[in-house]
Amino acid sequence: MGKISLQKVEKRFGDVSVIPPLDLEVEDGEFVVFVGPSGCGKSTLLRLIAGLEDTTSGKIFIDGADATQLAPAKRGLAMVFQSYALYPHMTVRKNIAFPLKMAGVPQAEIEEKVDYAARVLNLSNYLDRRPGQLSGGQRQRVAIGRAIVRSPSAFLFDEPLSNLDAALRVNMRLEITELHQNLKTTMIYVTHDQVEAMTMADKIVVLQAGVVEQVGSPLELYHRPRNIFVAGFIGSPKMNFIEGAEAAKQDAKTIGIRPEHVTISKDSGAWKGTVTVSEHLGSDTFLHVETDLGLMTVRSGGDVDVHHGDTVWLTPEADKLHRFDDKGLRIA
Amino acid sequence: MATQASRSAARLMISPSVILLFLWMAVPLGMVIYYSFRRYRLLNPDRAGWAGWSNYSNFVFSPDFGGALVNTLILVLGVLLLTVILGILIALLIDQPIWGQGPVRILVISPFFIMPPVSALVWKNMFFNPSNGLFGELFKYLGMPPYDFLGQAPLASIVTIVAWEWLPFATLILLTALQSLDGEQLEAAEMDGAPPLKRFFYIVLPHMSRAITVVVLIQTIFLLGIFGEILVTTSGGPGTASTTLPFLIFKKALLDFDVGTAAAGGIVAVILANIVAIFLMKAIGKNLD
Repeated sequence: MGKISLQKVEKRFGDVSVIPPLDLEVEDGEFVVFVGPSGCGKSTLLRLIAGLEDTTSGKIFIDGADATQLAPAKRGLAMVFQSYALYPHMTVRKNIAFPLKMAGVPQAEIEEKVDYAARVLNLSNYLDRRPGQLSGGQRQRVAIGRAIVRSPSAFLFDEPLSNLDAALRVNMRLEITELHQNLKTTMIYVTHDQVEAMTMADKIVVLQAGVVEQVGSPLELYHRPRNIFVAGFIGSPKMNFIEGAEAAKQDAKTIGIRPEHVTISKDSGAWKGTVTVSEHLGSDTFLHVETDLGLMTVRSGGDVDVHHGDTVWLTPEADKLHRFDDKGLRIA
Repeated sequence: MATQASRSAARLMISPSVILLFLWMAVPLGMVIYYSFRRYRLLNPDRAGWAGWSNYSNFVFSPDFGGALVNTLILVLGVLLLTVILGILIALLIDQPIWGQGPVRILVISPFFIMPPVSALVWKNMFFNPSNGLFGELFKYLGMPPYDFLGQAPLASIVTIVAWEWLPFATLILLTALQSLDGEQLEAAEMDGAPPLKRFFYIVLPHMSRAITVVVLIQTIFLLGIFGEILVTTSGGPGTASTTLPFLIFKKALLDFDVGTAAAGGIVAVILANIVAIFLMKAIGKNLD
């Protein structure tokens, strides 16, 4: 059970409206990712759901019951914080047991649940250590363990991987995804990293300045971004945008083409340009090409033999062009 | 990386100050030890010769010694208890975002800037005086006979005065400890279902344990030597009700003019203070790791 529904939820700090009235449905068992640039209100939205911030107006329903005025502990949600927020003076065992102890669960049951969580998260050998003696990834797992033992109706993650190094981040991303598949519990995950959003989510909520720009599955967002912001935010490297005459030819204010949907040729094509930087990643090559229409990024195969200063021709795949009107909205 | 040469150069460079500091400590200590074995009474013409251990036995077996020891302990423990508990409470209060936070904090800290005899005199005359003091007025207003604080409860009154002086110190250190607490930890505890009181005992208090240790250690050092407050309020009386170890030594040296016994008392006090320090470090020093 873990259906969360926001109805006209609004948050203001004084005169500043951080989140204008917003509606959102999170279905039971879904993995929902809130993604957006920093300061877009995604963490605030998560804290509103957790109950750590009060809503200015609107209602939050958890499993159909009005939880707007409920204390955080009474909402049946568990949260994993960006800093992990482990209790430094307690051992891993006591950290994980803390929510159970607060709930007055009998000692035998606490031990059973802590052992179970430790097994699931590969922490059994570290139960008697303090958080200070653990690595970043292990601390992260302890924080998740502390959330699991409560058997919450939903997990809330607040940028949990941003303090880890790149390799560990990929690992933990997998572990969290696996955890979701095993537990089948609702998860709400906040990140500014669109790669995390694309790889983990069942449903992505793209936020900008507190406004929901688009809600949809990762591929939906990739193939049919609702507006220029979503088009630019989802996908890496970023989508190329072209304005002016070239866009007018397509009856649009702006046209967008993803780097992977441009073919590159040394002798003929639609747009002529000069390569400024070529980044060879082995599997791919990212080319930055200076054209008459502006700087374009192109993604091509790893074996492409193009270097700084070469003249190249770019051709967009016509059916992969995105067209946007003067308000930045997608034209069908 | 320091090379051999630069390390010996460093030692050479700091040696003057180290030697000076060592002499600063060693010479007075040596003199006190020397006098503690001398027959040296200013009122007695026979002022020469060694006294053996008689100065020590005179001091330790004098009828005032046991009481002074107990009084010293009561003073130190009483002030520690008051300052730590009240310090935590006040730190919790002024950590809240309130209007006028800056001035409030300065007001809280201000007692620390007043020299001890002055604050002791202010307390003695303005608050404790049975006929003119504010507390006397309060008692009269309530229809009770005025209470002579310094006469009836001299040690408790001195504990109050000293605690008032040292409260800002404790509050300040505990406040900074409180401010260094990660807010997310408290929020996590809140999500974990800990009500405010449990959050305090499980999260806040353990976080402050190191600061509390620092407060206890530093204050103990200074509280063992409290003297001025006693001199200007009760002069150790009535009788010996508020005579502490430092005050007893003062009495031996400057009221009885018995320098030898006073010096012996000083050495006894140094030894006792070191015993207290060892016990303290053993008991709570592990918090400082």
